[in-house]
Amino acid sequence: MTSAVTSPAARWRNPSVVPGFGLSLGFTLFYLSAIVLIPLAALVIRPWSAGFDGFWHVATDHRVVAALRLSFGASAIAAGLNAVFGLVVAWVLVRYRFPGKALLDALVDLPFALPTAVAGIALSTLYAPQGWLGEPLSHLGIKVAYTPLGVVVALTFIGLPFVVRTLQPVLAELSQEAEEAAATLGATRFQTIWRVVLPALLPSLVTGTTMAFARAVGEYGSVIFIAGNLPAISEIAPLLIIIKLEQFDYAGAATIGVIMLAASFVLLLALNFLQNWAASRR
Amino acid sequence: MNNARNNRGATQDHPLTRVALSLIAIGVIGLFLVLPLAMVFSQALAKGLAAAIDAIGEPDALAAVRLTLLVALIAVPLNALFGISASWAITKFDFWGKQFLTTLIDLPFSVSPVVSGLIYVLIFGLQGWFGPELREHGIKIIFALPGIVLATMFVTFPFVARELIPLMTDQGREEEEAAASLGASGFQTFLRVTLPNIKWGLLYGILLCNARAMGEFGAVSVVSGHIRGLTNTMPLHVEVLYNDYQFVGAFAVASLLALLAIVTLVLKSFLEWRYADEIAATHRH
Repeated sequence: MTSAVTSPAARWRNPSVVPGFGLSLGFTLFYLSAIVLIPLAALVIRPWSAGFDGFWHVATDHRVVAALRLSFGASAIAAGLNAVFGLVVAWVLVRYRFPGKALLDALVDLPFALPTAVAGIALSTLYAPQGWLGEPLSHLGIKVAYTPLGVVVALTFIGLPFVVRTLQPVLAELSQEAEEAAATLGATRFQTIWRVVLPALLPSLVTGTTMAFARAVGEYGSVIFIAGNLPAISEIAPLLIIIKLEQFDYAGAATIGVIMLAASFVLLLALNFLQNWAASRR
Repeated sequence: MNNARNNRGATQDHPLTRVALSLIAIGVIGLFLVLPLAMVFSQALAKGLAAAIDAIGEPDALAAVRLTLLVALIAVPLNALFGISASWAITKFDFWGKQFLTTLIDLPFSVSPVVSGLIYVLIFGLQGWFGPELREHGIKIIFALPGIVLATMFVTFPFVARELIPLMTDQGREEEEAAASLGASGFQTFLRVTLPNIKWGLLYGILLCNARAMGEFGAVSVVSGHIRGLTNTMPLHVEVLYNDYQFVGAFAVASLLALLAIVTLVLKSFLEWRYADEIAATHRH
């Protein structure tokens, strides 16, 4: 009986006494479509003007492949470094008490807050051959600025907070009872960490590391100043998009853009899956 | 006694481990995060405070500051309005596809900044969808203010919504339902019931949105055209000066942006500390 009097809209939503459904959802969908969805659609359909062959020709070009390999490879290395350092930083911030800890904790967000171009010129000057860190490193025979290693350094810088901030709440909630039980049963500290604590942290560690990786793949501002940008050596994929745009090669730029967008989608799906996994393991 | 000591040994780190791990953590944060920040100010003041102030007072630099403020002044309120609207729709009602909509709102965070700029060039650029028509009517979007605003809106799109959605989900809808049954209009309900509950969370989202809007580089770089004194925002002006080997100028303008970052972090920490219960528990960025 009730279904006969409800409006068609009520079939896909539950009735509510709170007003404003039409207005708020309408504005949300309009704004989302105008700013995000339609522009992204414009990107996705652009590279196919010369058919699949045209897309494939650009995607397998030596310089494009090298740039994609650098972007993904350096991001993977940076994410790996962040997993290790992020775990240590999160552990220290959650488990230990020492003066200045609150300040240290707030500073972890610096890469989120500092504009990427500022981070870029600062890192570049820091690791340049005459820089504060570049000079001592050059005596050890390590060149950071203007090499692929510089790309890794910049990507590690911007990715660190993702791992720390994902681990912190989980680590804080982790019950110490499990550790006590392990201890009572005769486990050493190392065994307790390796077999009790780390498995419990694994889902969020993987989630945070994937977030750091996803951010690093698309990163531009903090990288281009320190990278040196030599074609096929230290040229990242986002920079190659800009170079192709400057040559008015819209289809070429869109081809690289679509590949990176596809990678973002895969990573977003992976993250959704990981977060569900992490939530189920809590 | 022996047992108790063993227990502590297996549930707490060895003192040497504690010292070693603490030193690594302080080293990572100090060398890796704080040193670049120190570098910015040190380079800005390399030729004295007067030189740095002169560099900021230069007309092109001032134009960049004005443009950055103007862009944030347009993009941030619009995204805040969207964030409120989206979180109202998503948290106060149940409808089909809600989860998918929430994922779509987060999408811009997964897209490379350069791709975020590229999409608008493909629509409004000279060889874009509307390029020829726009040119005919003398309307400039790319290499002009509208393009910069659009790119900034895209990259800062999710900030307010993703702060408000978990917060308003936690708060439920009983209060709004009560207000509505007592005869309040939607606008009254929002202003008198919802807004007081979410104001600190809203401010938190706006704070992060604004920091990113003023500091965005990659997306804006694609659509700006780098016209000095005209379409250069502060981060772009930093790039132009740096590539011109005008290091004092570049780092002087950069230090303004670094100050913005520091102020943002201080306010953010304050909000997290003072209003912890009134902002969302999940702070993934």
